Amino acid sequence: MKQLLILSGKGGTGKTTIASAFIKLSDTKAYADCDVDAPNLHLITQQVSEPKKTDYYGLSKAEIDTVLCIACGKCMENCRFDAISTEVIYQVDYFACEGCGVCEAVCPVKAISLKPAVAGELMLYVNGKKVFSTAQLRMGNGNSGLLVSEVKKQMKNASGKVDIALIDGSPGIGCPVIASISGVDMVLIIAEPSVSGISDMERIIKTATKFGTKIAVCINKYDTNLENTDKIEEYCIEQGLPFAGKIPFDQDAVKAVNNGYSIVDIDCPSGTATKEIYTKTIKILLNEMVG
Amino acid sequence: MRIAVLSGKGGTGKTLVSVNLAVVAKKSIYIDCDVEEPNGHLFFKPMVTEEKEISMQIPKVDEAICNGCRKCVDFCKFNALAYIKGKIIVFDDVCHSCGGCMILCPQKAISGRNKSIGKIRAGSSDGVVVYTGILNTGEASGVPIIKELLSGIESEHNKTIFIDCPPGSACIVMESIKDADYCILVAEPTLFGVHNLNMVYELVKLFNKPFGAVLNKCLEGENPAEKFCIEKDIRILGKIPFDRQLGTLNSNAKIAVKENKKYEEQFSTLLDAIIKEAPYETATNT
Repeated sequence: MKQLLILSGKGGTGKTTIASAFIKLSDTKAYADCDVDAPNLHLITQQVSEPKKTDYYGLSKAEIDTVLCIACGKCMENCRFDAISTEVIYQVDYFACEGCGVCEAVCPVKAISLKPAVAGELMLYVNGKKVFSTAQLRMGNGNSGLLVSEVKKQMKNASGKVDIALIDGSPGIGCPVIASISGVDMVLIIAEPSVSGISDMERIIKTATKFGTKIAVCINKYDTNLENTDKIEEYCIEQGLPFAGKIPFDQDAVKAVNNGYSIVDIDCPSGTATKEIYTKTIKILLNEMVG
Repeated sequence: MRIAVLSGKGGTGKTLVSVNLAVVAKKSIYIDCDVEEPNGHLFFKPMVTEEKEISMQIPKVDEAICNGCRKCVDFCKFNALAYIKGKIIVFDDVCHSCGGCMILCPQKAISGRNKSIGKIRAGSSDGVVVYTGILNTGEASGVPIIKELLSGIESEHNKTIFIDCPPGSACIVMESIKDADYCILVAEPTLFGVHNLNMVYELVKLFNKPFGAVLNKCLEGENPAEKFCIEKDIRILGKIPFDRQLGTLNSNAKIAVKENKKYEEQFSTLLDAIIKEAPYETATNT
C-alpha cells in the first residue's frame, strides 16, 4: 500500500477539497482524515452508513482524593504543567494535566492516582470494500499525535489489498502533522499564493524534509495572486521539488462543497485542473516521473 | 483587555481580523500564538527589539552515577527513556519535560539540560507592540512558547491585547484563550466553516468565555455560518464581505486598514462593536 498524505502548513488552502477529489478520482478502497482536531472529510465523501465508533483513551489524568490529601503542596510544587491549583482544596486542572504521574509519585500519602480518560473517538466507515478511518479529538485535549497514529492504524487494519491510500492531514507543523507524516510514501502540499501561504509552505516543507519524506507541491487559487504563484514555482525549482500543477480560484468549488460534493463531481474549472494534478501526483508517487 | 481571535477551521481570516483590529485600536498589543505557522509578523514587519530563546528541560544522565535500576524508564509515561546495552537513552522528541525522572532517580544521576524548541520575538510597528512565537520545525508542541508569550505581557494591561490563535480546538488553542477576557470566533460561509465554528463555539462555552462571531468572506445569498449564529443565538459582531481587493491586499501581506479608508471604517466599526460587547467588567471576572 502506497500512502499519499495531503498537507498545507497554512489552514484553509484546500486540503480537504482536494483530498475528496482525489478519493473520487482514484476510487480508493482506503482513506483517512488525520485532522482529528477539525475533521471535515466525512462531510463530503457521502457516507451511506453510520460509522463504527470506539472510544480513544489518551494519557491518564491525575485525580486527588480530597479525603486523603494532607494539603502539603508537594504535587503543586512539582507539577511542571501548572495543572494543580489550590483555592479551598487541591485540585487537578483536567485540561492542563498531561498525565506524567509526577504528582502521584511525590504525594507522601498516596492521595493521587492516575485515571484513564477518554480523549476522543475513533470512527470507521465501511462501505462494501471501501474503508474510511477518521476521528474526533475531544475539545481542549492534547496528544493528538497518538490519535492520528490510531486513525492510520485503523485504516490499515480494516482495509484489504489497496494500491494507494489517501490521507487528509491537518494544518500546522506540530504534533498531529508529525504523526501523520510518519510512514507515508509521499506528501502533497497544497500551497496558497499569499505571503502567509508561502511562509507556511516553507515551514511544512522543512518539517517533511526532516522526516525524509518525498514531497510534491501544487498551488490552489493560483490566479488570486500570480506574482506569488511564480514565487512558489521558482521555489520548487530551486529546492528540486516536483510541481504537480495549479488550480484556479473557482466559486463553483465552494458551491460543490457546500452541497456535499467534491469538485470533480461537477463540471468546473477547479475540477478539471485537479484531475490533471491527480494524474501527475500519482506518477510522482509511483516514481514514473522525476522533477 | 485581552481579546482572543480564534476559529476551528484554518484560513478563515483570524490573522486578517486580529492584525487589522490591532491597528485600528491604536495603542494595542498583538500576540501571535499560532506558533506553528506565525503570520502576523509578515504584515506588521516589526522592528524586532528583543528575541528570546525558548527551551525545555530534558533529562541528561550521568553514566558514571547511573546504576541501571531503570526506575526512570519504568516511570516515564511518554516512553522517552530506554535502557539499552547498559545505558539510558533519552528520546528528546517525545519527552514532555515533566521532570519526573530527575525527581525519582535514587542515585540522583539525572539532571536537566536545555533544548531549544523555538523563540519569541518582540518588536513594534507604528505603535502596535508585536509579539511572535515561533516553534522550531520538527518540534511537536508549542504550548511552552504560548505560555511564555502570554505570561510576559501581564503588566501592560492598559492596552488592548489581541491574541491571534492557532486553528482548531486542541490544547494549543485552549492555552491561547485561557486568560482571554473576550473571544472572537471568525467563520466563513462554507459547510466546513460551519462545522468548525460549532467546535470553537463549544470550546468557548466550556471555558465560560464571553464571545461573539465575525463572518468573513460573505457572499450574496444564504450564509450557512450566519444561519448557525442565529440558531445558536450567537452575537454577530460584524460581517466582512467577500472582496477581491481585500483578498489581494491580504495575500500580499498588506494591512488593509492602512491601505484603504473603506477598510479602516469597516474595522473601526467592528472594533466599536467588540468594545461595546466586551465591557471591562468581563476583564475583572477572571
